[in-house]
Amino acid sequence: MWHWEANPLNGPAVLGMVIGGVVILILTLLVVMYSIYWQRKLIGWIQWRIGPNRVGPFGLLQTAADVIKLLIKEDVVPEKADRAMFLLAPIIAFVPAFTVLAAIPFSAHHVFTANISIGALFYVALSAITIHGVMLGAWASNNKYSLIGGMRSAAQLISYEIPLGLSIVGVVLMAGSINLNDIVEAQAKSGLWYVIPQILGFIVFMIASTAELSRTPFDLPEAESELVAGYHTEYSGFRFAFFMLTEYVYLFAMAGLFATLYLGGWSGPLLPGWLWFAIKAFLYISFQFWLQATMPRMRVDQLMSFSWKVLLPLALVNIVITAVVKAFV
Amino acid sequence: MSLIDEKDQVRTEEMLLNVGPQHPSTHGVFRLVVKISGETIIDAEPVIGYLHRGTEKLAEDLQYTQIIPYTDRLDYLAAMLNNYALCHTVEEALGLEIPERAEYLRVIAMELNRIASHLLFIGTYLLDLGAMSPFLYVFAERERIIQLFNELCGARLTYNYMRIGGVKWDAPPGWLDKVRAFVPHMREQLKMYDDLITGNEIFLNRVRGIGVYDTETALAYGMSGINLRSTGFDWDLRRKKPYSIYDRFDFEIPVGKNGDCFDRYYLHLLEMRESLKIVEQALDQIPESGPVLGKVPKLIRVPAGEYYSGIEGARGELGFYIVSDGKDKPYRMKIRKPSFLNLQLLPKLLRGQNMANLIAILGAVDIVLGEVDA
Repeated sequence: MWHWEANPLNGPAVLGMVIGGVVILILTLLVVMYSIYWQRKLIGWIQWRIGPNRVGPFGLLQTAADVIKLLIKEDVVPEKADRAMFLLAPIIAFVPAFTVLAAIPFSAHHVFTANISIGALFYVALSAITIHGVMLGAWASNNKYSLIGGMRSAAQLISYEIPLGLSIVGVVLMAGSINLNDIVEAQAKSGLWYVIPQILGFIVFMIASTAELSRTPFDLPEAESELVAGYHTEYSGFRFAFFMLTEYVYLFAMAGLFATLYLGGWSGPLLPGWLWFAIKAFLYISFQFWLQATMPRMRVDQLMSFSWKVLLPLALVNIVITAVVKAFV
Repeated sequence: MSLIDEKDQVRTEEMLLNVGPQHPSTHGVFRLVVKISGETIIDAEPVIGYLHRGTEKLAEDLQYTQIIPYTDRLDYLAAMLNNYALCHTVEEALGLEIPERAEYLRVIAMELNRIASHLLFIGTYLLDLGAMSPFLYVFAERERIIQLFNELCGARLTYNYMRIGGVKWDAPPGWLDKVRAFVPHMREQLKMYDDLITGNEIFLNRVRGIGVYDTETALAYGMSGINLRSTGFDWDLRRKKPYSIYDRFDFEIPVGKNGDCFDRYYLHLLEMRESLKIVEQALDQIPESGPVLGKVPKLIRVPAGEYYSGIEGARGELGFYIVSDGKDKPYRMKIRKPSFLNLQLLPKLLRGQNMANLIAILGAVDIVLGEVDA
């Protein structure tokens, strides 16, 4: 197993970092590209449509065409916007989304990602930084819809981070480690995926993670029927693409976290580890798309009270139960 | 500018927000100037007229038959009903006899159009509330109705099908059978919408108890149709002032209880069922053959006087008021536009609500801008 921290920062180590980063970036972009394709196909089928089928065989290159379209668009910065912040915001939003992937164990060998001893904490802490990008972008746009969207995003993401974090604590207690790799190994060793003993935490995690990703029914920040496009109303071209990319990278990262925490990550019989990981992540991603095709949107005040009055107590109850069981049984 | 005011509190400001005229959920070019404090609406002012074409004035320069295509463009989601409302007023004024088969064809067309219009309401309303799929489901069903109309009169939206004294064309061979096949299919679909939407807890939380008003308010503001019936007031012109051949059919008038957005949504669903019942009965009763256009003079001159008749449109009482001085063109024509009247209560309903409810309330009023602006 590769430990970044155990190695001195010399030439080969830096080279390894760069290669690792680039490989993960390419992998992530591919995953995002085909998650979007799968999203459009799956929702299309649910809605009695065919979905993309024109660009490339079975429409497989549709997302590539969309990205090219976004790339060659004019880069518009609104005149009254705070230019520096407006340009910086998508990057602030994207970087943590990509960085958290470093902590996700894609396979047992951990080739390109870091085996961080505080993996779960790393994820929760870094993903919180994205809010700054969203908020800054919204504020810098100098657009009322953006501002409302940004405020909603900030409120929502902060509120749901707490139940999300607390639901992870249950798993951490069970495994006795914050290291994501150890959590997977603990599940593999006990032969029981944490989705069963941690069912309460699992439910909280599923709801809170959906809200963290701002996906239906919690897609208020970009409720197009109310706020046009929420915080990215004024963004176009590649900067807009960055916000979208952030969203889908988080979807992938969250799917990875879901697989790691509750479905035993890369562990599983017969198939290689990375394939197990891919199947489990795919399940989560498909579930999110299914929700998107089915649910209406919640109202902002209901969303808040749901987080603080329902999810937070549930998550706390889950921690208490886990701790008691762990201590006495 | 300091962020802290004299009382050591964070300074807050009211914000003026333009919802529309180009906004995804104003359903056309409708503008709403809302003053909000945080997410709470302090005041709202609808701004209309972006789609004004002066239909009433134009009508003064047109012969009665020539006005019919203009009515298509009022409430473009229910053009058959508009067609009929005008023809009906002129027919009343002339005291014309309408052939049986024409009456049935009109009723079938009108009720199918009502279903198409209500379908679109449900689709767009759910889309406003963030659910994407129902929008596409209803469009698939509406497409079938529009195809039927296309076969009937060669147009998908602006039908220009009714004539003073009857209808323009008889149904093409096999058309009635296609309608007959559509009815049970639609019934099944309605059940699916009911299962998919009505039981959804998130949806119920968005619409229950939102935008409530009582019967007195509704009557004072001249509301009609589902907006009035949702308050529990049983008023449907098809039953209360029967026109055409509606007295021959057995159907119910669904009435709401609470006058909230949920009732308005649900009445749309229930009304479609009743419309299907009417279509089914009309198909059973329609004469095999016969003329579809009565004996009407070449040049229609309405005797001098004032005439009004209203019908139950898809959105409420749709009426044409015609002042004639005995010529072949109306001296003045006034349209009672249900969307326009239903919209009047909006500012009052919105005050004190939050932004998310704005969409739920505006959507449930079910306006069509072509009619509001005329």
